[in-house]
Amino acid sequence: MTTKAQAVLDWVDERFPLTSSIKGHLTEYYAPKNFNFWYFFGSLALLVLVIQIVTGIFLVMHYKPDASLNASGVPVAFASVEYIMRDVPGGWIIRYMHSTGASAFFVVVYLHMFRGLLYGSYRKPRELIWIFGTLIFLALMAEAFMGYLLPWGQMSFWGAQVIVNLFSAIPVIGPDLSVVIRGDFVVSDATLNRFFSFHVIAVPLILIGLVVAHIVALHEVGSNNPDGVEIKKKKGADGHPLDGIPFHPYYTVKDIVGVVGFLIVFSFIVFFAPEGGGYFLEFNNFVPADPLKTPPHIAPVWYFTPFYSLLRAMVWPLFGLDAKFWGVVAMGGGVVIIAFLPWLDRSPAKSIRYRGPIFKTLLTIFIIGFAILGFLGTKPPSYAFFGVIPGAPVAQLFSLYYFLFFLTMPVWSKIDKCKPVPDRVTG
Amino acid sequence: MSVDHKVDAGRRQLLLATSAAGGVAVAAVAVPFVGSLTPSERAKAAGAPVEVDISKLQPGQMMTVEWRGKPVWIINRTKEMLDSLKKTDGEVSDPNSDKPMQPEYAKNETRSIKPEILVAVGICTHLGCSPSDKFKTGPESGVSADWPGGFLCPCHGSTFDLAGRVYKSKPAPDNLEIPPHKYLADTKILIGDDGKA
Repeated sequence: MTTKAQAVLDWVDERFPLTSSIKGHLTEYYAPKNFNFWYFFGSLALLVLVIQIVTGIFLVMHYKPDASLNASGVPVAFASVEYIMRDVPGGWIIRYMHSTGASAFFVVVYLHMFRGLLYGSYRKPRELIWIFGTLIFLALMAEAFMGYLLPWGQMSFWGAQVIVNLFSAIPVIGPDLSVVIRGDFVVSDATLNRFFSFHVIAVPLILIGLVVAHIVALHEVGSNNPDGVEIKKKKGADGHPLDGIPFHPYYTVKDIVGVVGFLIVFSFIVFFAPEGGGYFLEFNNFVPADPLKTPPHIAPVWYFTPFYSLLRAMVWPLFGLDAKFWGVVAMGGGVVIIAFLPWLDRSPAKSIRYRGPIFKTLLTIFIIGFAILGFLGTKPPSYAFFGVIPGAPVAQLFSLYYFLFFLTMPVWSKIDKCKPVPDRVTG
Repeated sequence: MSVDHKVDAGRRQLLLATSAAGGVAVAAVAVPFVGSLTPSERAKAAGAPVEVDISKLQPGQMMTVEWRGKPVWIINRTKEMLDSLKKTDGEVSDPNSDKPMQPEYAKNETRSIKPEILVAVGICTHLGCSPSDKFKTGPESGVSADWPGGFLCPCHGSTFDLAGRVYKSKPAPDNLEIPPHKYLADTKILIGDDGKA
């Protein structure tokens, strides 16, 4: 570096921790050397967050959160989305990047969470990283849900109607709470405007704050790895972990490979299948919202369907409270229980590489069950596999399994036969 | 600092008092913000009764009108439809309409003022979807082989009979709501006002 540039850098460093931050988080942040492809999804989630923010900023320049009808009898909000798609130069691709980005976000985040399950990334001392992560997942669900109301199509309207009514199931305060959320007695223009405000300002601010907390906590304790061993326990003479390599340039370069792979798939969807076969953008949402008519089949977007199945599984009243309330408890509990994993898992080994047959079997069933719950959530309640096996009891069975997997974990994770965990990472 | 650890009690008290006063001020400022989330005066005012002419509603037909932003159904039930209510008595969770989901004058076997004309809010008591009418009976309805006619909610599968009574073991907790209404003439209904409330 020339002396002049160095002088400028020195001037900044005396007033702002620039060089030390770059060192602490990039060039001298030591990450385990054995990351595999599962470790792409954290940086990809960050990439999708940037895509959503940038495309969102441009969409807001043309979108109008207004439920009143225009001169041709179409809701203004719905018409403004069509305007972006047809009349704004480049509008269609920005909008499709944003709508595809929503689904991509959940794909990447679900895989990121699954990685945590595989390698025990939530275990001590990473409990707070995991809790921040669960909160990010919750904020992401809120963000996606409110964003889905904005096009003001049939699925937007009725989806919001159902989810807001969930809150009315809470005893005592529920009915008033749902009115406060809607700002009206029905989903209306007031609801659309406040969801717009939350979607573009409030929730993104919370989301970014949580992402910062997630990364700060991660860089405080250091990353886990596919072997689930602590690399900080074996340090070299220079004080750096023997199995660690600086995040930059090693993992920045590696993550670029992941980014390229991701963008190939992402671009393919944006250009050739932006509706994702009705899973990313539901066909009924191309019909303007009609408060008098629910579409014959309504289902949430795919990323909510496993939790939607938990909701639908509860059909019996318990302890004098409606089945509806228990459905809400199951749905909310299904998300919240994830945060307790660090304390539910008592296994001596963190990584699946050294864990026993019980974990491997139960986790496999858990993932299959979660996928089946997700699939059934996209179907009407009367759905039957091959027309013979009714879907509703299957969903109830796997809903029960979902909770038992977590609640019985302290027992089976302790008695499972684990292999000895090595001192150093293996490859 | 390290020499004198004594707390100046007077200053500490003043600090606590000003902090408390500041806390009260913050709480007071929150009032208009929370208030702004509740329905506006305009939203509260939009609840005018709706007058409906049912002279063209044939037996077996149903019409939908909007009242307070919600769909209200008016169904002209045939004799067979009314007969089916006796069969469903044992299958619905609140056959006698004991829960107050209807005005007193509709707390009867048909949940209506005139036996054949049902007026109901077409919003499922589960999570607020609008159920679809399934008036065809039996397997043709696509609901079940012994379906006597009624309503099916597309969202979570709750079913209702032709008096809007919810079937047992379904997610919806209550029968469909019957709105306050009255007959202005033989074929004219006023929804939203029964002159009693």
